[in-house]
Amino acid sequence: MTEILAQTPPILHGPSDKERKYDRQLRLWAASGQAALEAANILLINSGPGTAGIETLKNLVLPGIGKFTIADNALVQEVDLGVNFFLDESSLGKSRAQCCTELLLELNPEVDGSWNSTVTDTASLQKLLDVPEIFTMIMYSLPLQPEMIQAIETYGRQHGTPLVAIHSVGFYSYFRIALPGTFPIVDTHPDETATTDLRLLSPWPELSKFASEMTKDIENLDHHEHGHIPMVVILLYYLNIWKEEHNGAYPTAYSEKTAFRELVSKAMRRDNPEGGEENFEEAVAAVMKHVVAPSVPSSLKQVFEYEHNDEQQSKSSFWIIAEALKQFYAEHQRLPVAGGLPDMKAQSNVYIRLQNIYKEKARQDANDVFSRAQQISGGENIDRAEVELFCTNARFIKLINTTGEEPPSMGQIIERELGNDEISAIAGPEMPMSLISIYLALSVLSSTSVASADDIIAAVCEKAPTLNNNERLAQVAQELSRAAGGELHNISAVIGGMVAQEIIKIITKQYIPIDNTCIFDGIESRCQVLRL
Amino acid sequence: MSVETQRAAHLVADSETMRWKYLDQIRRNPGPLTDPMAVEEEFLAQFEKFKIFGAGGLGCEILKNLAMSKFKDIHVIDMDTIDISNLNRQFLFRKSDVGKFKAEVAARFVEQRVKGVKITAHNNRIQDFDDEFYKQFQLVICGLDSIEARRWINAMLVSIAEEAEDPDGIKPLIDGGTEGFKGQARVILPSITSCIECQLDMHAPRAAVPLCTIASIPRQPEHCVEWAHVIAWEEEKPFPKLDKDDPEHVTWIYQKALKRAEEFNIPGITYSLTQGTIKNIIPAIASTNAIIAAACCNEAFKIATNSAPCLGFENNYMMYSGNDSIYTYTFKHEKKEDCPVCGREARPLEADPNMTLQDLLDSLALRPEAQLKKPSIRAEGKTLYMQVPQSLEEQTRPNLSKSLKDLGLENGQEVVVTDPAFPLEFNFYFRFKAAESS
Repeated sequence: MTEILAQTPPILHGPSDKERKYDRQLRLWAASGQAALEAANILLINSGPGTAGIETLKNLVLPGIGKFTIADNALVQEVDLGVNFFLDESSLGKSRAQCCTELLLELNPEVDGSWNSTVTDTASLQKLLDVPEIFTMIMYSLPLQPEMIQAIETYGRQHGTPLVAIHSVGFYSYFRIALPGTFPIVDTHPDETATTDLRLLSPWPELSKFASEMTKDIENLDHHEHGHIPMVVILLYYLNIWKEEHNGAYPTAYSEKTAFRELVSKAMRRDNPEGGEENFEEAVAAVMKHVVAPSVPSSLKQVFEYEHNDEQQSKSSFWIIAEALKQFYAEHQRLPVAGGLPDMKAQSNVYIRLQNIYKEKARQDANDVFSRAQQISGGENIDRAEVELFCTNARFIKLINTTGEEPPSMGQIIERELGNDEISAIAGPEMPMSLISIYLALSVLSSTSVASADDIIAAVCEKAPTLNNNERLAQVAQELSRAAGGELHNISAVIGGMVAQEIIKIITKQYIPIDNTCIFDGIESRCQVLRL
Repeated sequence: MSVETQRAAHLVADSETMRWKYLDQIRRNPGPLTDPMAVEEEFLAQFEKFKIFGAGGLGCEILKNLAMSKFKDIHVIDMDTIDISNLNRQFLFRKSDVGKFKAEVAARFVEQRVKGVKITAHNNRIQDFDDEFYKQFQLVICGLDSIEARRWINAMLVSIAEEAEDPDGIKPLIDGGTEGFKGQARVILPSITSCIECQLDMHAPRAAVPLCTIASIPRQPEHCVEWAHVIAWEEEKPFPKLDKDDPEHVTWIYQKALKRAEEFNIPGITYSLTQGTIKNIIPAIASTNAIIAAACCNEAFKIATNSAPCLGFENNYMMYSGNDSIYTYTFKHEKKEDCPVCGREARPLEADPNMTLQDLLDSLALRPEAQLKKPSIRAEGKTLYMQVPQSLEEQTRPNLSKSLKDLGLENGQEVVVTDPAFPLEFNFYFRFKAAESS
């Protein structure tokens, strides 16, 4: 088999120094994710107390981001030393961008970093953005002048650069991600338990043949053989029996599945020395979860039904493979077989043969999708490995920030959140209250650092009159004005960790990033993610 | 005092005031949810004397955050030395520090960076100290990577709390842990709220692969690695003692596993998988550690300053997951009355009267609510099995092969289980399964 050949000639060398250093993260995002990180170039436009952005960079320098730049015109003052760990006594009076850059670079010699202390207005910001290198992502700390934010947003649109705005004041904080368009993710890393795809109700000929050969004399197998029939084969065998007894129909309703489970359970031998059979127990336990007709999950339906408003976008490899997969589905009325087989009680050689049957089917299906993709305009050079990953993960592919659908207005969102709060007031602690008032109150402070509670309430209510006399908003406004624009290190460290996780997810295109705003309440110690 | 030194003292005081401007702003200006006591001068002064104890794999983050929260007297404990695989997240360490004590290097780094903080490093195991040592602290904050160490410190703090005659004996325990993009932060008020032992079943051990699979019917690459690790190593003893961090030893296991996998046509053996399997490596990244450690230190700051409500009496547990978007679940874990550490009642022990004592003891390692690896057991007036001393072990060993029934144990009978890893007794009573008709 090809797998075996591929693994036979291992040149026995231990891992390199770099692999050893990054071992604990390579187990999460593999060499491909690491390569993406090392190719990334991040810009931080810092302002205000500015700790959250620096904490984020710390969490990106450590895993080995390629390059970062800090733009910050502040000079280090005493107050910075009480909140920002990447400064010390000797930094006082110097450029904050420079000092932070130098101390961050100590964390990882493989990372490049530079700084800029001249960005004070839109013109100087524009000059920084006009450099020939393209930034992979841009973060900016609030408060920041609205014109500067506009310049950053313009850059993001022109270059397709994802942006992150971060705001941290006292015990409250939020960050918001602006992706340049619909963001598809194939390598979503679903929970292992969710990925099993056995096709018990639609076995293909090779699988059926394997199962029937193993079970043709099932009653006369000795205890050892009987106790080592893989649960997949057990289920296929008894499903056939069920079908014969039910006019060719499979058990689908809950009551039918319970009855089917009973049928399998009764077939377990109990007169053997162990007084039962592990493989039959596995089969019984698998009935409810795996005796199911495969369906297309809504997230994949969204991919199939997606309408492009951007010609360029539709030519990306993701959308070409998506189109090929859609054709595959239209013709076969099923998704490609994922190809994995969970561990189950079985003899080694039997398990490996069964595993290869699933793998071979997955390979054939991926071939089918691959040749369709090659027929699509722009798909001539599509990468086979990308098609394989796409087919394996088909049920877990996800679109973030889908453009095209009309997003609800802020007024509608507030309405919805207040409605939920009314329900949670009755439901009790199981349903936490909305954190949207934290976002709204912080937004008032996005261009000015200090405001009284009354000013915050007035500014929020001007835009959202439904919040007049809202008790929660009043509380949040008081809590915020209490901080007088200051950051608490712990809160900025929490948000800096979250932003770094999200940036890693976006750069590696692995796992699923937030869509699109995450609010953190450091008093209740919880988050809420909202699409705003 | 000369005018000069007076002026210098003023300057220091001024710079200290300026430095902690943001933090003191929060401490001195109560918010809508702040306990009014928090802003009384006496209480504000207490904070300066707060003594705090930190431990574990989140240590770098915790030390940074505590120092940046204006804690001045911090003790840190860690018996480990720095390994190259720590450098992707334990940010106070450099390549040139590999091999040095973690606690020592981290403490010196933070002391140098943050003026005025005193950090005492202990290059020890937490179990090396007794209750007198732990009584000196007001708060304990841990990011330990072993469940055993967590249970030990928890039992210690609960026993200190139960023996104490005043509220100073209640030393809040803040615990954080991470795995990949996920983690949790929790606050325990020993003897008052749900403790780590109450919550043990939330961290169930992974089911072990049966030995017969490893020995005779491997199907997965991990089965081959375990075979090389457990069986081949024992037979061949290529090195006197297995060191899982020695590349030569790992390579030996890797090659053995590879050969076995070829024999059975099992694909997927790599060096990284070999190492991950034998060391039970849990993926870890800087950003998750940052989130969890900071969430823990935020609770420490709120507890020490009363500047805002903390986790504890009501909600006491925050779960965090960053795999699919960001999801937190912050809830109240209820205290268990039959918790062996902080409860008063014995808990049921499901058993079949026909099982042997050995089977019962083996099952204690796997039961999520027990997780005891070296249990000794006794019933009233009768020692059933003792791991130590050797003489008693030999005397009681024949009991292992007897069934519970034959040992005269009855449904409802209480037994006491101890384990050298924990300074406490686990009280159980038998709940026998109805005898199966066969």
